[in-house]
Amino acid sequence: MKFLSDKTVDRLRQNATLPDLFGTRYRLLERVARGGMGVVYAAHDEMLDRRVALKVLDVPAADGDFARRLNREARVLARLEHPGIVPVHDVGTLSDGRVFYTMKFVEGQRLDKHIETVTSLPERLRLFTRICDAVAFAHARGVLHRDLKPANVMVGPFGEVLVMDWGLAKILREPPAEASEDDPEATIVHSPKTSERTADSTQATQITGQGTVLGTPGYMSPEQARGDIAHVNERSDIFSLGALLRFLCAPVALANANSPRRREKALEAICAKATEHDPAQRYASVSDLSSEVSRYLDGLPVSAQKESLLDKAVRLYRRYTVPILLIAAYLIVRTLILIFFHR
Amino acid sequence: MNKVLLGLLLGTVLGAIDGLSAWLTPAVRAQIVGIVVGSTIKGLIAGVAIGFFARKVHSLALGILFGLAVGFVLAFIVAYMQHGYYPEIILPGSIVGIIVGYATQRYGGPSAAPATTPTR
Repeated sequence: MKFLSDKTVDRLRQNATLPDLFGTRYRLLERVARGGMGVVYAAHDEMLDRRVALKVLDVPAADGDFARRLNREARVLARLEHPGIVPVHDVGTLSDGRVFYTMKFVEGQRLDKHIETVTSLPERLRLFTRICDAVAFAHARGVLHRDLKPANVMVGPFGEVLVMDWGLAKILREPPAEASEDDPEATIVHSPKTSERTADSTQATQITGQGTVLGTPGYMSPEQARGDIAHVNERSDIFSLGALLRFLCAPVALANANSPRRREKALEAICAKATEHDPAQRYASVSDLSSEVSRYLDGLPVSAQKESLLDKAVRLYRRYTVPILLIAAYLIVRTLILIFFHR
Repeated sequence: MNKVLLGLLLGTVLGAIDGLSAWLTPAVRAQIVGIVVGSTIKGLIAGVAIGFFARKVHSLALGILFGLAVGFVLAFIVAYMQHGYYPEIILPGSIVGIIVGYATQRYGGPSAAPATTPTR
């Protein structure tokens, strides 16, 4: 009797779970990642001759709760046509009954990996404002992400920023025709098969139903952590964005290490305001948070920080360094002339 | 404000201030009016030249370099006509040129686009 090695068994198990794309226009290429509720594969769209990302549900139940949720995730993405949000191409059901949808295949790096190569703080902040743009757009369309974190943001090879994994999205304002189809809370949760999730995904905590806890520790707002779904709104995403901003500013490997603490006080104040425990104390909208970061980038005062006179002087100096130095040079030259060439 | 106008205004104002600073040198205090007028005209010419350069060339480094060159040359001409005071005139004049060069590149906006008529 011959025994199979663990590696072989593992490979056989993986092959057995590969989706059968027979009858679809897609050809399976490789497994890319595990997302909420299912696995993401790279596939080739035979009809349009392009590479796509194909997300397949774990369980073969076309009419089940998870199938409905995956369908809903696809519809959420479909309504969010924005350069900063990955576009969905197609939705369907495989021959084995598993629901799938295809979306743009994003070739790039996750934000948490990408920022290791970005050592400039302003560049990181500009990335952040682009994330804010996408989230602000989703909010304007009545959609909350509810799981914003570095691992859910992709940065493309040309610097394009894409907010991914809308599996936990909540629809705040549903078009009337769609509202009746789904559960009133319009909540999408990830697969409960946490044992199969990747290291990153296992951080996410999900429980279905009222009192549901959705999000990722460290990035989810207190109201999300409490499972207080009724009070989860745009400001919950703002909390996550504040945590994400803190993450972007935290690593000390920034090139501009000469930036004094005072300069970072304004950023810390922005993070603190965005991550206030009381949602009412946070920024009212993602646009407000984004414009606050832009103001910081432009060397303007931020509303989150009460500046001392010294802070103000340092900020103005940093904003107008060259003109101040030029005028100082002129005055110094004039003074030296007076001293040495006085006649 | 377009770059030429910004250069003109800044050059004129800084030229006038530069001229007024001659009052601090007692030996030339008697000719202060002539110095201020001359310095203002020098600043005006330098500002316009630097403004035109900034409109053509979009480079902070080159703008500053051009400002320095124009400021230096004009100040040298003035000092040559004065038969002296070379460092007193050339050094501040050159820095004024640098300031105007920097300002026109950094802050000056593009000139207003000409109005276009739709073809149909």
